[in-house]
Amino acid sequence: MPTLLLAAAGDWALFAGRAIRDMVRPPYEVHETLRHLFELGCRSVPLIATSGFAVGVVMSMHTRSSLARFGAEALIPAGLGIALVRETGPLTAGLLLSGRIGAGIGAELGAMKVSEQIDALEALAVDSFKFLVVTRVVACVIALPILTSLMNFTGMLGGYAAEHAITGVPLGTYFDQAFSLVQFSDLIPATLKTAVFGFLIATVSSYLGVNTRGGTEGVGLASTRSVVLSSLALIVANVVLVRMIFFFYPA
Amino acid sequence: MSGSDAAAVELRHVTKRFGSRQVLDDISLAVAAGRSVCILGRSGTGKSVALKHMVGLLRPDAGQVLIEGEDITDMNSRELSRVRRRIGFLFQNAALFDSISVGGNVAFPLQRHTALDRAAIRARVGELLLAVGLAREHDKMPADLSGGMRKRAGLARALALDPAILLVDEPSAGLDPITAGEIDQLLVGLKQRAGTTLVVVTHNIPSARTLADEIVFLHEGRIHARGSPDELDRLPEPLVRAFMRSAGTG
Repeated sequence: MPTLLLAAAGDWALFAGRAIRDMVRPPYEVHETLRHLFELGCRSVPLIATSGFAVGVVMSMHTRSSLARFGAEALIPAGLGIALVRETGPLTAGLLLSGRIGAGIGAELGAMKVSEQIDALEALAVDSFKFLVVTRVVACVIALPILTSLMNFTGMLGGYAAEHAITGVPLGTYFDQAFSLVQFSDLIPATLKTAVFGFLIATVSSYLGVNTRGGTEGVGLASTRSVVLSSLALIVANVVLVRMIFFFYPA
Repeated sequence: MSGSDAAAVELRHVTKRFGSRQVLDDISLAVAAGRSVCILGRSGTGKSVALKHMVGLLRPDAGQVLIEGEDITDMNSRELSRVRRRIGFLFQNAALFDSISVGGNVAFPLQRHTALDRAAIRARVGELLLAVGLAREHDKMPADLSGGMRKRAGLARALALDPAILLVDEPSAGLDPITAGEIDQLLVGLKQRAGTTLVVVTHNIPSARTLADEIVFLHEGRIHARGSPDELDRLPEPLVRAFMRSAGTG
């Protein structure tokens, strides 16, 4: 079993390496990439916006109950802002999208594999890897940081809504306070690390999709595994990436 | 026919194994340009595997695959794409792209590989769908078509680039005899009109009799018998005789 896991991990690494190589090699599948950017990115906006808002409300309530003990309610917006931007926003967006996008990619490519549609693409003289995998990888790498920024923003809106309901704080004042401690070194690396999350979600799910075996059951399995393994890969990668960020931008 | 320079499709001593299972065992086969060959045999004897080697979807463990004299055995994907533009492939289940319409499926290879403008592509798609009797199904999705319609749409897509070689996997599988006969007539007409080389995998004996200049009978990964339909009819070999006398409809 460990040998099989190692073999699969090695196989995925080669697959991911090929995706990186083919990303920069022409011809570029611009139309297909834009289509996926819409399908995977734009269609995820309601999920991310709603979740971000809810997370912001809940975090604000928790922060208030903690800081109120020390009479530090004034720090609530700044605390929420820095927590969202540095970690909660990127990780929550990554995990939500690994569910939505990972399952979709795994199931779609799995279904295409078992119904010979991937073979049909090849038979029609189309590089199926470039057409199906690289386009999704590029779309995810672009979409994740944008969606993470959206989650950060709606999270702060949720925090504002929760605070406004209690204290009546004006929007401008709240956002001034929320961003008072946030620096570019907090925002940029944390947001850009989600491009790596996007790469992991797309490559893991595509790898499982195009290696689907066994008909409908195999498609279901590919979809489930895509979510589980891409979430796991994302959480583990997050540890490494946060360590790297602290190395380059010491707190 | 032996391997010659004139062969449109040629397998030379092709061997293929999946795990411990030997699927093709030293197969050699050459199909001259403009001829039609049907590959017959029981299920699991490697017919579809042989066909997929001819378009480079599978690579042999040993031996060579040649298309119009070009060895595609170890070609990279870019070179293979160039060769594949001369080959049409009709899959057993048509393998239509289920996220785009029937018209979109047929237009796909034209959009990818020709410089035709939108109007010209639409006209060409219309011609192809008319030829396979699906002119009114242009905007339907593949899921809304019957099995026979899907197969005809797959045939229209396979013919979009006017291939010199058409590989067909089980054209009559799962179809009623009338629809199967219609597809056979489309293939015969294509061969006669355009001189297309046909390689057809089938279980269907009437279909093979209609289509084949030569029948190749596969058994346990090897070529067990070959010849014209009449020659195979006269062959005293029990397995071939049983097959040729059956009214198998796949």
